[in-house]
Amino acid sequence: MKRFAATPNGHDSASTRRSSVLVAAIAVLGVLALTSGNALSDTGNPTANGPDALLLTPALFDEAGTLDAQEPAVLCPFGVIAEDVPDDGGGAIAVTWELGDAPVSDDASVSADGSVSADGSAEGTGGSAAVSGFEILRFAPGEEPILVGEAPVTDRRFVDDTAEAGVSYQYIVRALSSVTGPDGVPAGFADSIASSAATATAQWFATSRLNALVVMIFACGAVMFYIGRARTGSELYIRRIPGLEAVDDAVGRATEMGRPVLYVPGIETVSEVGTLAALTILGHVAKKVAQHGTPLLVPTADPIVMTTAQEIVKQAYAEVGQSDRYDPTSVTYITYDQFGYTAGVDGIMVRERPEAVFLLGYFAAESLILAETGHEIGAIQISGTKETSQLPFFVAACDYTLIGEELFAASSYLSHEPVMLGSLKGQDFAKFWIVVLIVAMVAIGTVGYAITPDGSSVPARVFDAVKTWFAGG
Amino acid sequence: MKRSIPLAITFLTGVFLVVSFFVPHEPFGALEQRLLIWFSIVSGFTMLLGVDNLLRSHGRKIGRRNPGWWHSVVLLIGFAATVVLGVLGRIHHGSPFHMQSPFMFVYTYTIVPLQGTMFALLAFFIASASYRAFRARNTVATLLLVSAVIVMLGRVPIGAAISEFFPAAQEWIMDVPQLAAKRGIQIGAALGAVSMSLRIILGIERSYLS
Amino acid sequence: MSKRGFWDVMNTLDRRIIFLILLICVTLPLLLNVGGEIPPTAPVERAYDAVATLEAGDVLLVSIDFDATSAPELMPMLRSVLRQAFAKDVRVIMLGHIAIGLPLGHMALEEVAAEYGKNYGTDYVDLGYRPGYIAVMIGMGREIRDFFDTDYQGLRVDDLAVMDGVHSYEDIDLLFGFEHGAVIDYWVRYAQARFDQRMAFGTTAVMAPDAYPYLQSNQIEGLVGGLKGAAEYETLIGHPGLGTRGMPAQQWAHLLVIGFILLGNIGYFVSRRNRG
Repeated sequence: MKRFAATPNGHDSASTRRSSVLVAAIAVLGVLALTSGNALSDTGNPTANGPDALLLTPALFDEAGTLDAQEPAVLCPFGVIAEDVPDDGGGAIAVTWELGDAPVSDDASVSADGSVSADGSAEGTGGSAAVSGFEILRFAPGEEPILVGEAPVTDRRFVDDTAEAGVSYQYIVRALSSVTGPDGVPAGFADSIASSAATATAQWFATSRLNALVVMIFACGAVMFYIGRARTGSELYIRRIPGLEAVDDAVGRATEMGRPVLYVPGIETVSEVGTLAALTILGHVAKKVAQHGTPLLVPTADPIVMTTAQEIVKQAYAEVGQSDRYDPTSVTYITYDQFGYTAGVDGIMVRERPEAVFLLGYFAAESLILAETGHEIGAIQISGTKETSQLPFFVAACDYTLIGEELFAASSYLSHEPVMLGSLKGQDFAKFWIVVLIVAMVAIGTVGYAITPDGSSVPARVFDAVKTWFAGG
Repeated sequence: MKRSIPLAITFLTGVFLVVSFFVPHEPFGALEQRLLIWFSIVSGFTMLLGVDNLLRSHGRKIGRRNPGWWHSVVLLIGFAATVVLGVLGRIHHGSPFHMQSPFMFVYTYTIVPLQGTMFALLAFFIASASYRAFRARNTVATLLLVSAVIVMLGRVPIGAAISEFFPAAQEWIMDVPQLAAKRGIQIGAALGAVSMSLRIILGIERSYLS
Repeated sequence: MSKRGFWDVMNTLDRRIIFLILLICVTLPLLLNVGGEIPPTAPVERAYDAVATLEAGDVLLVSIDFDATSAPELMPMLRSVLRQAFAKDVRVIMLGHIAIGLPLGHMALEEVAAEYGKNYGTDYVDLGYRPGYIAVMIGMGREIRDFFDTDYQGLRVDDLAVMDGVHSYEDIDLLFGFEHGAVIDYWVRYAQARFDQRMAFGTTAVMAPDAYPYLQSNQIEGLVGGLKGAAEYETLIGHPGLGTRGMPAQQWAHLLVIGFILLGNIGYFVSRRNRG
């Protein structure tokens, strides 16, 4: 059994060199029985799927060019469409295709010139089992088709990311027979008709991210507007946050007892906003500690957090004129391993017995282990995280807990700088309108679906449209 | 100068990454990829900072004979031994992670049990915290307590054996009130993160720079 | 002992006694091995179905984002997912963002691959760890080889058949992450929201509630939470393992904690009444 095929647009493949007789026979193939089916006309791409498709053939013939009726035929891909990948930087074209559910009929009538009888129908003898996979071939005008990729039998889409921007390409999808010869190579294959031409182009704006842009402009706009207002001297109110007001008391108590303050900035890196918030609060705590001459311990789980914390603490001591009392060993690196770090911090708690413990930043399953150990040594504990699954543990075991955005508000709250407070105000403004939108859409959706459960009413359609837009598509 | 250059870098990088999120056209995509590769490389090197600090601080404790200095000796010996075994694994087996390498022996029989033990402590702490702190002090706390009992029962087979109510109620608690509260906190936290990121990009929030 | 005296003692119970009771409660069921099949719940079924949609030759990306601390919960579900994938001749690509946990993932990969006669480099690969996971996640959306040009032992991925045609999320049919920390949030933020990657997760029980919003909004296709989720998954693939075996211990631990809560509250009310 040899493997060969006629190719579209008059290009000869290596296999076709064997004999013109074979080529003619190939053309035959019931393959085309398949291409005469209605499915082709359903693709909406008549250029690519018209009668010319019949010229594309699979190959399951012996050397004499007669069909080996013992072998299963190969399904022929059809409806091949090539399109530029949207919202990318150019250089990618997506190719999609279809494949019939039945293999080409072995007994389809084919004339010597390669045409197929109009009624060459497919007979199901094995479904897509006759295909083992696909090869994707690409050609530019005047060029030979080249192999640009392979796709498993289940795929109906391939992205060619080797396309040159601005060049017009056509694609052929080749279905490989699941029957292999002694050399392991598929015994036959079937080529689709070439797709219509497509060109890879780069976009200047990712339209699929319009929703993100609108939300970003709204949220950032609100924050910047109120920062601007704060700069003009407007009075801004901020509600009391007990957890932050307790910071000074906790440091004061540690000073009275002559015991250290332990500050744990979480287990994440500086990429985590919670860690950044924790580091900003550290600056405030370090100043208080420096003023009172209380020892400070800052074990860290990330080298960059460690370096940043060292700078913050050093600067805090300098700002209150206590540079000489700064201890470079107060900020240490333990390990980035979550529970190795937990063991290290627990060890520090038990050995050093700090009077005040701050657990601020990102915490996961170690939160309760740390908070319970802190409780056990009798320390006053102030915790804060945006991780909702850890908040119950902190609430249960700590004296004060900063919940969610209270942690992010801390630097503004503690500094009382108008500009910082302005950003808080902007944040609250954005939150208020998000709440309004949620409530409004819940009401509209509920009413809409109450009126017409099939979602055909105007409110239901408005609800669906907004939901789809926010979901990005 | 010490502050203005980092602030300028922060601003330019922040703005560039935001823009590249919306603009796929080159050079944005390729430059963003280049920055990401740099990020990954720099992240790897930061480990050296951590190791440097670890060795210095524990070396200092040993040198000063601080209380418990011998803990630091154990740490340094453990550190050196792990590095040596990793190198030996590379030399003899091509990778420290080869199953026959001495590093994997240490990993399997020391690191894995130690880590497992640490996490297992959580179960003990949950038990003691539930006994000590989980009190029906007021209506809200009582609701929390009842919910917790239902969820705990609903998540084990005996809950369904007692009554089908428990798994169903557990699912409802997790899917409705739990999610509603979580989403509320998440929206607030996300806006907080936006606000904080903006303050950092614009150079308003500088405390992390010092 | 008077009634008041008893509750006073109970209210100030040494926590080491609580620890001892819990230890017995967890250990005995494990030793007695009395586990039975656990009926699956919807989130776990959805995760199973997500893997079930894969066909031969499809690509499953497995992310090991845990270490030995969470191995009792996550390893059973990892093995189950790998069994389901290899049984369907799905290509498996493993990587991880917790370096110290990756060897565990590798052990499970080799173990299950051997069960199904799979070959390294052809049917599966372990790409290993690269620092800076947020950068890695975003960058993989453009080209995986920019970050993983070699596997965990230094072999070039271009020489491995399993990586043929796999360049970005576009070529990955499903991501299944095993998570014990924050990495799940980043996978959803950067791979799902940005690149529309299909994904499902196995998490520790304590982290599972964090993933529920993503499940409800269909950003993730399934969620296997904790040991119970692992046991349910084992039921679904018809291969009971350590997840199923560990459930009785978890069950008794839950009952014990409920008992502690009740006792603590009775003591609290008795003491309050006696005081007031």
